[in-house]
Amino acid sequence: MQNVHAANEANYLTYQGKYKGLLGWILSTDHKRIGLLYLYSIMTMFSIGVLLGLAMKFELLAPGKTIMEAKTYNATFTVHGVIMIFMVVIPGLPAVFGNFLMPIMIGAKDVAFPKLNLLSWWLYVLGVVLVLTAILFGNGTPDTGWTFYAPYSFKTGANLLPAVFGAFILGFSSILTGLNFLVTIHRLRCPGLTWSKLPLFVWTLYGTAWIQLLATPVVGITLVLIALERVFGVGVFDPALGGDPILYQHLFWIYSHPAVYIMILPAMGAISEIIPTFSQKQIFGYVALIASTMAIAFVGYLVWGHHMFTAGMSGTAQYFFSLLTYIVAIPSAIKVFNWIATLYKGSINVQTPLYWAASFIFVFLIGGLSGLVLGSLATDVHVHDTAFVVAHFHYIVFGGTGFAFFAAIHYWFPKIYGRMYDKTWANTGWLIFFIGFLALYTPMFYLGIMGMPRRYYDYMAEFHSGNILSTFGSWVLATGFIIILINLIRSARKGPKAEMNPWHGKTLEWTVSSPPSLENFDEIPVIAEDDGPYNYK
Amino acid sequence: MEQNAHTEHTHYDAEASKIGMWLFIFTELLLFGGLFIVYSVYRFMNPEAFHLAAHELNRTIGAINTILLLVSSMTIAMSTSTLQLKKKGATIGLLTVTIIIGIVFLVNKYFEWGVKFEHGIWPGSEHLLKDFSQGEILFFGLYFVMTGLHALHIIIGLVFILFALVRIQKGTINENRAALLENAGLYWHLVDLIWIFLFPLFYLIT
Repeated sequence: MQNVHAANEANYLTYQGKYKGLLGWILSTDHKRIGLLYLYSIMTMFSIGVLLGLAMKFELLAPGKTIMEAKTYNATFTVHGVIMIFMVVIPGLPAVFGNFLMPIMIGAKDVAFPKLNLLSWWLYVLGVVLVLTAILFGNGTPDTGWTFYAPYSFKTGANLLPAVFGAFILGFSSILTGLNFLVTIHRLRCPGLTWSKLPLFVWTLYGTAWIQLLATPVVGITLVLIALERVFGVGVFDPALGGDPILYQHLFWIYSHPAVYIMILPAMGAISEIIPTFSQKQIFGYVALIASTMAIAFVGYLVWGHHMFTAGMSGTAQYFFSLLTYIVAIPSAIKVFNWIATLYKGSINVQTPLYWAASFIFVFLIGGLSGLVLGSLATDVHVHDTAFVVAHFHYIVFGGTGFAFFAAIHYWFPKIYGRMYDKTWANTGWLIFFIGFLALYTPMFYLGIMGMPRRYYDYMAEFHSGNILSTFGSWVLATGFIIILINLIRSARKGPKAEMNPWHGKTLEWTVSSPPSLENFDEIPVIAEDDGPYNYK
Repeated sequence: MEQNAHTEHTHYDAEASKIGMWLFIFTELLLFGGLFIVYSVYRFMNPEAFHLAAHELNRTIGAINTILLLVSSMTIAMSTSTLQLKKKGATIGLLTVTIIIGIVFLVNKYFEWGVKFEHGIWPGSEHLLKDFSQGEILFFGLYFVMTGLHALHIIIGLVFILFALVRIQKGTINENRAALLENAGLYWHLVDLIWIFLFPLFYLIT
């Protein structure tokens, strides 16, 4: 028991366990350290993904070959996609902020299975290493696109096998995180913290965890089948042997569409924490926000077919998938209305996280509405596989999850590191990033409607001006990203000491010290009858 | 990994481990669920070929293996009861029987696959590609993938049971801390259950 007392004196950053230095981190079962391990690995992979994105945009600066051949371009967008999807946005918010904050938000000392939590991170690293192996070694970088569509994925000469296995392992890591969170939320809530008092971020993690658990195995088995197809020629997706490549697409999207809700739900949860804190007002429509979270998690399962409207599907199936796609937009809209209504008549405290949250709502709205253009049958045929899809996808996933991630890091940064960042630089970084984002992706809507296909290294001369603007935007965005990154890294080491509750938040993480002690709480808190997560009175 | 005061502090929560195991079982069901979808689609597309190909499989071995797994499910269920009754010897005996039955299942599977290989039937084999219809190729492809993946799960289950057995020997699993054994049992039942579906789908429906 002496250990426990020693533990509460030091915070989790300085605590000295059995291992020293780096080992004390990579072998730590503390949920906060694991959260930071994820943060550093994800930011590293994100930076690599950004570099690949910049390379692609540079190639598209002018028609014809600019800096790379078609084959290199194919490999670049494949690796960009695999990294950004499987290593950045899917683990993203749950693995970093879920790990760090969820146990504190529910008044627990750790997740239910701390060792399993560490195993998840190690599996993540293993998955990353496997994918990097595919890129660096063998005859050719994977060039199938991140979707590994059959039959090309087992016909291509590129070194695809390790990439597919890497994606499988990353999926397994994601499943274990989800499982851990579900059990934690069910079993470790502190006394008095009923389901109707859970912070909304925890609720979205709960919904996300169910999707992680129930959708990921399907893509797992699909990737195994692709691997077996490559090695043994089983025939399951090979038309030459009687298999059906369209079936591959179905199985792939049964996971990969719900996966976009794995990306966006925790992002919405983080925004639902930030908006009330900076409006200094109770969240509007707490129950509606929970209901919409669970509705998205549920209906999100049933819309995968809208990725395949042009792939060959019965008309009846198309109508249903299109209708369900429209239905899933409703709970998302409910959330937007609730956030706006929370701001209404609030005492708004304009800080960096609120800038990010507000711009999140803006880009999410455009991304969501452009999604309806793709969900409607007639217009989808026109813009399918054009730059319009790329623009929509990046508005939602980068503008949604990415902006929410930056909102979250600026919101919880003082809690995580116990230091405050430079607010002027943070705001400058946000503004440049936001302008760059708009310049980068908005022209792609236009280019797509005009008919510029995606995934080509070349384009017709008439698309030149739009592409120049887009490439220019990518440079502005990268500049903003560098400013944000430098500011955060510098402040984590040298920033002024932060208070326990700099934003006057009402959730439990703001009641513990900054940075939190190893065991989070000296005593497990008890939530009173009339107390709640957003009790602004 | 006991480096933190943290882990020492973690309390024992049997309910949590059991919820965790059930959730993991969901994921396993969905993993096989994906394969069952593939099977149904191709069976629907090639009813004749699946009918013909199923005759190639040895129903006797399949039936024996089904009985073996059902018996092993019984023995592992009995072992959780005997543990509650503090009969350590009987528990270890029953688990040993379970493991032996699991190994016999794998040996049977080995011979079953071996016969197919002797006949020149394996994924991508020349005989299969030349002399069989597309539907039959798919049937055997799925047969090898699904029974192979199931055999892999048998192996994982056996390791799990062996792990529990060692812990019972050491006394770290006992009547008060039985969650690990119960989870091994749940996992073994899952493996059994999947076989209960695989057996009719491949061997019986003709």
